[in-house]
Amino acid sequence: MKLRLRRKLVVFLIIGICFLLQCTLFQALAFASISPNLLIVVTSSFGFMRGRKEGMWIGLLCGLLLDIFFGSVIGFYALIYAYLGYINGFFRKMFFPDDIKLPLILIAMSDFSYNILVYLFLFFLRGKLRFPYYLIHIMLPELVYTILVTIILYFVILKINQKLEVSERRSAGKFV
Amino acid sequence: MRRKLTKHSIPTKYTLLILTCVCVIVMFVSFTLNLSGGPLNTVAGYVFVPMQKGINSIGTWFVSRADDLKSLRDVMQENRELQEQVDQLTQELNTIKLEQYELDNLRELMDLDQKYPSYEKVAARVIGVDGGNWFNIFLIDKGTRDGIEKDMNVIAGSGLVGIVIDTGPNYAKVRSIIDDASNVSGMALSTADRCIINGNLASMNENQVIEFSDLKCDDDTVATGEQIVTSHISDKYLEGILIGYVSTIERDSNNLTYSGTITPAVDFQHLQEVLVILDKKNIQKDQEES
Repeated sequence: MKLRLRRKLVVFLIIGICFLLQCTLFQALAFASISPNLLIVVTSSFGFMRGRKEGMWIGLLCGLLLDIFFGSVIGFYALIYAYLGYINGFFRKMFFPDDIKLPLILIAMSDFSYNILVYLFLFFLRGKLRFPYYLIHIMLPELVYTILVTIILYFVILKINQKLEVSERRSAGKFV
Repeated sequence: MRRKLTKHSIPTKYTLLILTCVCVIVMFVSFTLNLSGGPLNTVAGYVFVPMQKGINSIGTWFVSRADDLKSLRDVMQENRELQEQVDQLTQELNTIKLEQYELDNLRELMDLDQKYPSYEKVAARVIGVDGGNWFNIFLIDKGTRDGIEKDMNVIAGSGLVGIVIDTGPNYAKVRSIIDDASNVSGMALSTADRCIINGNLASMNENQVIEFSDLKCDDDTVATGEQIVTSHISDKYLEGILIGYVSTIERDSNNLTYSGTITPAVDFQHLQEVLVILDKKNIQKDQEES
């Protein structure tokens, strides 16, 4: 129980830090007013490291945070992120910590589909039809920048997760 | 007991389904009733706003140190240029003072009230910018506790920045006029011809301009460089706040209206401090209604 609580606290902390960095520091470091999407990295890496359920809840939390501070309706980003976390959870069986190819591909796909969804619901439906422009100037730069940040952030999250898992396994062993 | 149920007996599929329904319902409720987070705003505000402030003050500290290192020569050069500018501006100011004096006299004669009252303002710091790349919404460090309410106008320097769209106890959410979903009713200063100004992500990224449309004016009375201010018919924006300068203008295919682009008066890239006008335009209207 104590360990579960600790895991929750650590996850909250990671989400909080990433959210804060995303809306302060990384906005200042933006290239051509494009900044990376750290919350996608968190959501999808916990998704494929820990499975559908945790991915979904973490996604929901990340999205809710964005909704409260920057959304126009509550629940929109939360829903997208929850689904992304859930879908990433399907790849848990294919995931090996040493291999960075799968995480990179998954995170890239998640970021891209997130942006497509945002474009569809918040731009396309308002009659902004220049998809190629948004693809080249918003989605792809964000994708590249997010992947660059992933290379660092992913390993941090991976190490934290491994530490948690080791201590969880150790305490599980004690009971047996 | 309930915990156990959710932990073991409900498969994730169904949890996802339930969450989807909850999210969709919340979305509709908050969209139709125009509600915001409420208690969620308060909690999130108390947790995150202090940290955002902290990170930001560290950031500004670094920036100011970096500025200190700017070579003395640059500063001297700048000083000389500024001195010239000061002389020039002083001259202009004197003329304007004279004119103002004359105007005051005339107004007194005509018993007119001052047209643009000096609004009560409160200064606030920008503490967070929208995490994504699609919108231009930012957070400021003053909220309902400092008397800020929804629909208050936000300015910086002399230009319009945006409007408060949501508030928490210690923060407020501001939609800037360059945001893709923003629409402002404006008018040309010299001719008082009205137009609609809408923020545009694409044109802002390409040329740092926003669009205006539906400008009905006589032939060629509005040219590039014309000042566009907020109009008197808007129900949220106070009248006469500078929005920007016309940078391109062309006649629409209907031959009646003009549209084009405006360079905003505010530098949105380096926005650090803003002023929130505490007077709201719709107060009068509400009073009339009630």
